Amino acid sequence: MSTSIIEQVQVKELVARGIVKQFPGVLASDHVNFDVHSGEIHTLLGENGAGKSTLMKILYGMYRPDAGEVLINGTPVRFHSPLDAIRQGIGMVHQHFMLVPTFTVAENVALGLPSSRRVVLDLDIVSRRIEELAKTYGLHVDPQAKVWQLSVGEQQRVEILKVLYRGASLLILDEPTAVLTPQEVEEFSETLRRMINEGHAIVFISHKLHEVLALSDRITVLRNGRVVDTVLAADATKEGLARLMVGREVILQVEHPEVTYGDVRLAVHGLSANGDSGLPALRGVDLEVRASEILGLAGVSGNGQKELAEVIAGMRSSTSGQVFFDGTDVTGSLPGKLLDHGLSYIPEERMVDGTVRDFSVEENLILKDHHRQPYAHGVFMDFTKIASESDRLIEAFDIRTPSRHTPLKSLSGGNIQKLILARELSRNPSVLVAAQPTRGLDVSATEYVHRRLIEQRSAGTATLLISEDLDEILNLADRIAVIYEGRIMGIVERGNVDVEQIGLMMAGVSEQTTK
Amino acid sequence: MNQRKMGDLLPRLIPILAVLLALLVGAVMLALLGTNPWEAYRALFIGAFGSTNALADTIVKATPLLFVGLGICIAFRGGVLNIGGEGQLVTGAIAATAVALAVPTWPGWIIVLMSLSAGMLAGAIWGGIAGLLKAHLNVNEILSTIMLNYIAVFGMNYLLRGPMMDPLQIKLGSFTPQTARLPRSVDLPRLIPTRLHLGAAIAVVLAFAVYVLLWRTTIGFRIRTVGKNLRAALAAGINTKRYMVLSLLLAGAFAGLGGAVEVLGLHHRMFTDGSAFGFTGSAGFNGIVAALFGQLHPIGTIPAAFLLGALLTGANKMQRVMQVPSALIGALSGLIVLLVVGSEIFHRRQIRRADKRNSELEDAVDAKEDS
Repeated sequence: MSTSIIEQVQVKELVARGIVKQFPGVLASDHVNFDVHSGEIHTLLGENGAGKSTLMKILYGMYRPDAGEVLINGTPVRFHSPLDAIRQGIGMVHQHFMLVPTFTVAENVALGLPSSRRVVLDLDIVSRRIEELAKTYGLHVDPQAKVWQLSVGEQQRVEILKVLYRGASLLILDEPTAVLTPQEVEEFSETLRRMINEGHAIVFISHKLHEVLALSDRITVLRNGRVVDTVLAADATKEGLARLMVGREVILQVEHPEVTYGDVRLAVHGLSANGDSGLPALRGVDLEVRASEILGLAGVSGNGQKELAEVIAGMRSSTSGQVFFDGTDVTGSLPGKLLDHGLSYIPEERMVDGTVRDFSVEENLILKDHHRQPYAHGVFMDFTKIASESDRLIEAFDIRTPSRHTPLKSLSGGNIQKLILARELSRNPSVLVAAQPTRGLDVSATEYVHRRLIEQRSAGTATLLISEDLDEILNLADRIAVIYEGRIMGIVERGNVDVEQIGLMMAGVSEQTTK
Repeated sequence: MNQRKMGDLLPRLIPILAVLLALLVGAVMLALLGTNPWEAYRALFIGAFGSTNALADTIVKATPLLFVGLGICIAFRGGVLNIGGEGQLVTGAIAATAVALAVPTWPGWIIVLMSLSAGMLAGAIWGGIAGLLKAHLNVNEILSTIMLNYIAVFGMNYLLRGPMMDPLQIKLGSFTPQTARLPRSVDLPRLIPTRLHLGAAIAVVLAFAVYVLLWRTTIGFRIRTVGKNLRAALAAGINTKRYMVLSLLLAGAFAGLGGAVEVLGLHHRMFTDGSAFGFTGSAGFNGIVAALFGQLHPIGTIPAAFLLGALLTGANKMQRVMQVPSALIGALSGLIVLLVVGSEIFHRRQIRRADKRNSELEDAVDAKEDS
């Protein structure tokens, strides 16, 4: 580690003892004990709000604990900022990448560090060091490549390289696998293994139970700010972990009853569209969804899923191709007309496309039907009916809110998603486009959304389920289409799914070649 | 509990605190000019509220502010920034004048109705143009409404120096740029024997109508949705372009009606000093202040317009009594605008900061709810 820029100690062991962090009205960390030593992957598992991020931020110097102490190699340490944590050999890879897209890999790694040649850049030395690190840990990436040219998986490698380059021996990884294909997850876990073999310590944060089981040595489960249990991964099961997280039995795999498919409700033919940057994002997509069918669209983030959902929902114009609802060409129609055709849309960006944050719960619930019976007579709105219907939906969809007048912005993510579900599903849709319906939701909320989607399937809705969570798609979908760079790489029936093959298609290998 | 009450009350008090602060700074400026601030403010107060006439003048001054302010409530709630109140007042006034002069012999109440409608329509067109430009060509409405102000003023100057000039002025050879006096049959009735005319009552009634429009009808719901979140509005099936145009059109209509009321109720003719100010007294801009002062709520805009009207009327009096330069009055009202708008932005930023804090806490709060 002689080339490391900052003088650091090797973290052999980090121990957090009796950590307490109080926020107004909430105890976010309640006497938490946690430790991790070199050569081990220790996972933090918990629902949203369990206190994972609070603990992580304390370990990385972003928060200061109200009580308790953190010891590194037996010596108590006090962090006033992440810089102190970095000096102690702690590095963090954030869920959202912090890279400059127009810079090269080497430039991004060197960013913020002093050059060994003072005012003259030492990018050649940096590049050589990156190549060394890449070889040691299997983090293959070209130091001269510009970041914008890299895939999401490669960008993540750059983030890890950045941390390693700074000489970190304890790495905190916040939901690192959320953006990877199954194969990339394989490579990633290989990298983690190499890192712990080199004597690094890793704190891993995730809520994907099977990955947690596969990757970790130990697992600490948090609930309501308290440590529920610390278990060895070898002794744990998915069901057991879910029970520890939620505090009750959880159905991880929702039942998928037999249904008879109806006519084609949603059809997309040769659909092409541009992304926000004006470059083609969809290149001739063909899809059909029948009544009582869930078509899952799998793919790595940013391969045209968002654009496809938006074109079907009338929020984006296509450059060629058609969209049919029940055989009627609705290409280029405004959302208003599509709503009349029975479209419901659960958008990826809840707070941007799905809700008005400054409006009340009630106003958000009637957003799409405010002008219809029973909410309005002519131009005048009927507030008695709006109140009774809102209360009914709040009850039926278990939206936790102080009242129907509460501003939406003070609801939690899970409750906002329940509100959107309540609004979209109570319209009894003929076609449902659900984009990332459980992103950011915890296990219980996810379970709830899945159950509702299956209920809607039984009610005859044709659902296009777009998700980056492959497990979700495998759980819910009748057929699975895989999208890569705006093209459908293949469609697989539920009965004969080969995850390996889907993973290859997600990485751009077409169905024909994989067979 | 007490804290919560303070939290609710404080945002409502902010505009009042801003005015007090402006008056305080004004007092320093007065003192620097060698005037006794206490005396000066006394003159201002008496000028605004000291007699029936003063009070009536205050209300007369407040009336166009309220008309413009009501339109601003709609526009700003709809997410469009209408800076075109001046031009809309002027076009409304010209249209009202032209109609009244065209058919002077018709029954008075018919001319009044036609004249007010014409004013409203002209203002609506003036605002609507900016709306169409924004919705279909993505032209920033702040720029377009300001440009339309200039067009309205030059149009007014042309008309009042040319086709619409009072024939008497031409005969006398004085060529004062003004129209003939409107037929007396179209004078809006006086409410009490002062200058106070029916216009003020119309404006107050319309304030309640705007409240109903914004919070009791589907049209208002859509305007507010478009204003708060354009994309969510589109996804909800709202024709966002149409409602963008409508917001500006309604804002223009209210200002245009305000201009028509000024002509029929107060001036009884149209005149110009070459700028918009001569006719409007900057009501097109002060109306924005009134609306912001009233928290963009039509009912709140009533007292806000009244207070601003009082300030303007009282300041005139103060200027006369205390012999302070008229620039000081401009500086004082400028200060109030700055502080009111500034405090509004400050308040919003605080809300945003509180939101951010909340979202950081959200996780933890969730956990608490579940337990």
